[in-house]
Amino acid sequence: MSDRALPLEVRNLSKSFGGRLALDGVSLTLSPGEILGLLGPNGAGKTTLVRSVAGRVMPDEGSLQILGLDPADDAARAVRGWVPQETALYSLLSPRENLWTFGRYQGLAGEALEAGIAKSLEWIGLADRANEKTERLSGGMKRRLNIAAGTIHSPRVLLLDEPTVGVDPQSRERIYAMIGELQSQGVSLLYTTHYMEEAERLCDRIAIIDHGKIIALGTKEELVRRTLGSRQALTIDAVSPIPPPLKEKLARLGAAVDDLKVQVSVEDAATQIRQLLDLFHEERVSVRDLTLKSATLEQVFLQLTGRELRE
Amino acid sequence: MILAVARNRLMSLTHDRAAFVLAFVLPVAFFTIFAAIFGRSSERTATRRIPVAVVDEDGSENSRRFVAALRAEKGLRVLLAPGEDRKAPGQPYSRQDAEAAVRGGDISVALVIPRGFGERPISFEPGIERPRLTILADSSDPIAPQVLAGLVQKVAMTAMPDALARSGMEALDRFGGGLTPEQRSKMEENLGWLRRHSQTPSSGSTAAGPAASGLIDVETRDLMGETKSNPTVAFLAAGLGVMFLLFSAAGAGGALIEEVESGTLDRILSTRVSMSKLLLGKLLYLAGIAAVQLTVMFLWGSLVFGLELRKHLAGFTVMTVATALACSTYGLLLASICRTRMQLVAVANLTILTMSALGGSMFPRYLMPEGMQKAGLVTINAWAIDGFQKVFWREEPLWRLWPQVAALLGVTVLLLALARRIARRWEIA
Repeated sequence: MSDRALPLEVRNLSKSFGGRLALDGVSLTLSPGEILGLLGPNGAGKTTLVRSVAGRVMPDEGSLQILGLDPADDAARAVRGWVPQETALYSLLSPRENLWTFGRYQGLAGEALEAGIAKSLEWIGLADRANEKTERLSGGMKRRLNIAAGTIHSPRVLLLDEPTVGVDPQSRERIYAMIGELQSQGVSLLYTTHYMEEAERLCDRIAIIDHGKIIALGTKEELVRRTLGSRQALTIDAVSPIPPPLKEKLARLGAAVDDLKVQVSVEDAATQIRQLLDLFHEERVSVRDLTLKSATLEQVFLQLTGRELRE
Repeated sequence: MILAVARNRLMSLTHDRAAFVLAFVLPVAFFTIFAAIFGRSSERTATRRIPVAVVDEDGSENSRRFVAALRAEKGLRVLLAPGEDRKAPGQPYSRQDAEAAVRGGDISVALVIPRGFGERPISFEPGIERPRLTILADSSDPIAPQVLAGLVQKVAMTAMPDALARSGMEALDRFGGGLTPEQRSKMEENLGWLRRHSQTPSSGSTAAGPAASGLIDVETRDLMGETKSNPTVAFLAAGLGVMFLLFSAAGAGGALIEEVESGTLDRILSTRVSMSKLLLGKLLYLAGIAAVQLTVMFLWGSLVFGLELRKHLAGFTVMTVATALACSTYGLLLASICRTRMQLVAVANLTILTMSALGGSMFPRYLMPEGMQKAGLVTINAWAIDGFQKVFWREEPLWRLWPQVAALLGVTVLLLALARRIARRWEIA
């Protein structure tokens, strides 16, 4: 294990299952202490990529190294943590017993193990329910325990596969705080999610994956600038149905128009808003509301994949 | 609504094709196996040949005729020397050899023909003892000595009626006031006729002659059961114990399938636990539980049914460890083969009940036709039961358990290797 090696380095990774290409030449790197978000619709290849890093999928081509180590090496297992999408826990065991099990499986023993269990229980706020059966915990508690089971051995590289799926907003906030703590401890995270706002909020960089390929990679600002330039999204709501002549004029300006709403991407907001309002005035259509927004990751995603993220 | 519930279950079953097929194959397979074992019981009686070690201490013409007639009996397989039915027979059995063979379980019954038997097979004279034939028996097979005793009487009548008649006539001559020369001449003529028409080994037919029973003095000595307080308990504990262990191990092995379904297996395999370590850990747990289960069963047998556990502790421990390991790896193998719990239950039921029937857990193997007895040796049950029988019934020294222990440990290694190989499908995609 080299000190200068990147936490994660993936080069031209390809994998197919029964003729279906799940990963198609994926390359990415993860820097120390960085959170790299992996965004993509269902079936895009996110889980295959994460499972490859977790050592559970053998790539057909390409290379993959964790801190310079082969993912199957024992040393790589020791520095890698994996929090799978499903709450992969023993439901009849208590949180303490679950943590003991996964701590032992990661090679902890004796005082180090006991200390790890105590620290983890405190960290996930389950110290007072440490001895209850896991099946009796709420969904959010199980999710937190799921994270603790993957981090009890203090990994340097952590794979988080949709860790907030199905949890209430309060639990989600708690998980965000836990992720922040991990990052502050210098852990590098590969974070897959369906939630755009999560990616925007937590991730230093975002990789958008579709059909097994990384189609965009960078900070949120870089992705927006590269994909949408400096354009902004303008929405105008009309009081009454927009008449056909106005619809035609608006369409000629590149706007998407329905009966009561106009959506258009604008480069020079001040000039173009005036032009559009003049058109409404000429046709005697009153405006109820007007909003101008900077481009979002959602729009970037839509622009790149042609799909909503949750499709 | 009720129909919807039923249909939902049917849909689940049809999606699990292996379980669906097994649901219909299972009863047919059971029927076939049990019909093969039980369904031809009359045929079985005819085809089951009881191996008998025969010691001819007399060596007379009459005793040889007697042995030859025993050989002609379809129900017996007469062995005058160990391995006689194989290519390299040993020395003819002595009384001690035969006794050792019975005690060792190589053979369940032996017949000793004493000196003087051919000369005076029966006696009607007070004060003159008939030579007594001895049946050396292992009463764990209670049928063999009874069959042999009956056939000895029958064969004596059919194979050597002249000798029996001569003894009778001589007694009449002595106590009935003597025969006239004419009567004596007639008697000799009739004895000659009887000799000529007595059963010959090659004919296999039954000669005409007076039916009688108990003319020959036969004593049956139970070599094994004389000192046992409750001879069948050890057999039952071993037989049922192994069957129970197999079911128990298959059920516990199913935890592996649950781990696949819950995702914990995937998670474990990303840690520092390899598939080999995981399987060995599971085996350690399963075998430990199985050993405790057997111990509890035998302890109960000892407390309630007088099983002599303390006296046979070493043998019991060896056999328990070997049996627990073999049964546990079988459970692991099933779990690695099956993809769902439903499949596991079906395959476990089919194979374990079949092994238990063939291997002697449900009824003793000596009741089965020879072919079936040999087939039984492919089962864990047969080796385990034989081993426990050696410990509790034959009270053999520890080292004589080696064939059973070797077989069970061999099965353990083989099944574990198979399970490991099959488990590769979970290892990496």
